[in-house]
Amino acid sequence: MWDYTDKVNEHFRNPHNVGKIEGADGTGEVGSLACGDALKLMFKLDDEGRIAEAKFQTFGCASAIASSSALTEMILGKTLEEAETITNKDIANYLGGLPKQKVHCSVMGREALEAAIYNYRTGKKWNKEIEGEVICHCFGVTDKEIEKVVREHDVTTIEELTNACKAGGGCGNCIPELESMIQRLVAKEVAEESGVPLMTNLQKIHLIEDVIDREIRPALRQDGGDLELVDVDGKTVKVRFRGACSGCVVSAITLKDVVEARLRDNVSTDIVVEEIK
Amino acid sequence: MRIVYLDNNATTQIADEVREAMLPFLTDLWGNPSSMHTFGGQTKKYIETAREQVAALIGADDPQEITFTSCGSESNNLAIRGGAEAMDKQPHVMTSKVEHAAVSGPCHYLEDRGFRLTKLDVDEKGRLDVETLRREAKAGKSLTSIMWANNETGVIFPVGLIGEIVHEFGGIFHTDGVQAVGKIPMKVSELPIDMLSLSGHKLHAPKGVGALYIRRGTKVKPLILGGHQERGRRAGTENVPYIVGLGLACELAGKKLKEENTRVKAMRDRLEAGILETCPGARLNGDPAARLPNTTNISFDYIEGEAILLMLDDKGICASTGSACASGSLEPSHVLRAMQVAGMSVHGSIRFSFSTYNTEEDVDAVLTELPKIVQRLRELSPFV
Repeated sequence: MWDYTDKVNEHFRNPHNVGKIEGADGTGEVGSLACGDALKLMFKLDDEGRIAEAKFQTFGCASAIASSSALTEMILGKTLEEAETITNKDIANYLGGLPKQKVHCSVMGREALEAAIYNYRTGKKWNKEIEGEVICHCFGVTDKEIEKVVREHDVTTIEELTNACKAGGGCGNCIPELESMIQRLVAKEVAEESGVPLMTNLQKIHLIEDVIDREIRPALRQDGGDLELVDVDGKTVKVRFRGACSGCVVSAITLKDVVEARLRDNVSTDIVVEEIK
Repeated sequence: MRIVYLDNNATTQIADEVREAMLPFLTDLWGNPSSMHTFGGQTKKYIETAREQVAALIGADDPQEITFTSCGSESNNLAIRGGAEAMDKQPHVMTSKVEHAAVSGPCHYLEDRGFRLTKLDVDEKGRLDVETLRREAKAGKSLTSIMWANNETGVIFPVGLIGEIVHEFGGIFHTDGVQAVGKIPMKVSELPIDMLSLSGHKLHAPKGVGALYIRRGTKVKPLILGGHQERGRRAGTENVPYIVGLGLACELAGKKLKEENTRVKAMRDRLEAGILETCPGARLNGDPAARLPNTTNISFDYIEGEAILLMLDDKGICASTGSACASGSLEPSHVLRAMQVAGMSVHGSIRFSFSTYNTEEDVDAVLTELPKIVQRLRELSPFV
């Protein structure tokens, strides 16, 4: 038995704004039959650009239906700019909370809204795969979405991630990848917020070596080049180019666009890379 | 509100006769069956009567082949872990993809400890792939555990044929009979079955008692050590009241087998036909040619099981769903997935399971309410 709030029960049993709008200004469709839930959201604007009418159709469980119904109520009378600020947490709060395994229902609501606004602005159908690379193939969740969910939901575990966006809840093949993503994103976030290094110097050096081995060196080797890590001093990483890279006219660009960029992505955003000649 | 209970594969009402039979052992006859004194020792004979009653229901030759346990899950664990570990050489463990977690759990436990595990497929009707079983069985002595009847669809497996194949290659055959015992006639003594699990609360005894049939000569390493009870197969002072309850429940089930396969089956068939006729997008899961008389599993295209279940619940109707949303996991029923039920219907499956306590009124209640619910949810669905 789920512990649904009265508000969830109310919106599930008597959902508001069910149906379609003929000649809608924006339509957003997310989810699929295979995933177990799907939502089609439509809206029409008035002369002042406010949402005058909003309707939905949902395939899904009680909390998916209630989240959709709540969403349509919440966006009525708002401009698109105002509506855009609604987060899935707002939807869940509107319903007095959702069981943690059901948070993804409110995420689906937010996504449908995004998709409908995208459709209004571009005239195109929103396709989330255009935003990033699919990591969880069972539920079609991309790396960009995972990043967003981790940030917005303070996700620190796989379980929390699955509850929020379903990623990892199917066959489980992507779980190791998701785990390392969470680790990386959380570390990045904490470092950004506190300014305090999360890693010991030793860990940092290991991570830098790892990124060089895994991501940088193979790229350089394709052009006959190589790279050696000389020293790490706080945020400064000193490297020496080898092979074709040493003396290459574009080595300065390689330094910034490849080496520094990869290290900033994977280790810390404040890294500065210096070349030792 | 009147409760319409159609979830008997989950658990059943405790029979009045069973409760009454248990009461003396919760009041006056509370002694320890192992005691030397008359007061305690007198309870022993009631356990032995219960053993005879269980043996009679499943058609075992010797009541000593019955070991009482705390539940069906324990019986399955004892059979699979205890059976595999008692074999001379590490056996090849074989099971199906549609087993209850109480069977797949111990099978995976063995796999983690280095046993080779093979999980056999079923077809779209939920029938076991016997040819693959035959091929795999040749690989060496196996401990094979295949359910007698599936809890979600009611599909009955050909345990006689499976047991023959397993025995042909020197293996041991265990069957999880939790859903089958008391619903279909059986005589294990004449079947190539080495072990069979059963559970009390699926046949109108209370939760907390089960049994494992272990054919004479089959070796099992006990899971619970530290006592001589149950001939050393299961240590621990016997749960006398519950064992007595299970015994009587088995006797009653034997008497009601005919009713189960006539009146109950007729109610199930009427409900099933009525739903398939009145609900758009409804389709039957399972094999109508080999099914328990009390179970039906129906998928509803384009709508979701939890929503259906909650709306039925509003009307006092108790059923269950293979939907992912209702279970807390995101994966829909492993049984329906193994049967490759289409994506549009796998999330919208509902199981109704009867017992002899159900009435025609129960069927009427579902046939009145369900079409309205399905209609309502289809109106909400973006796919209809």
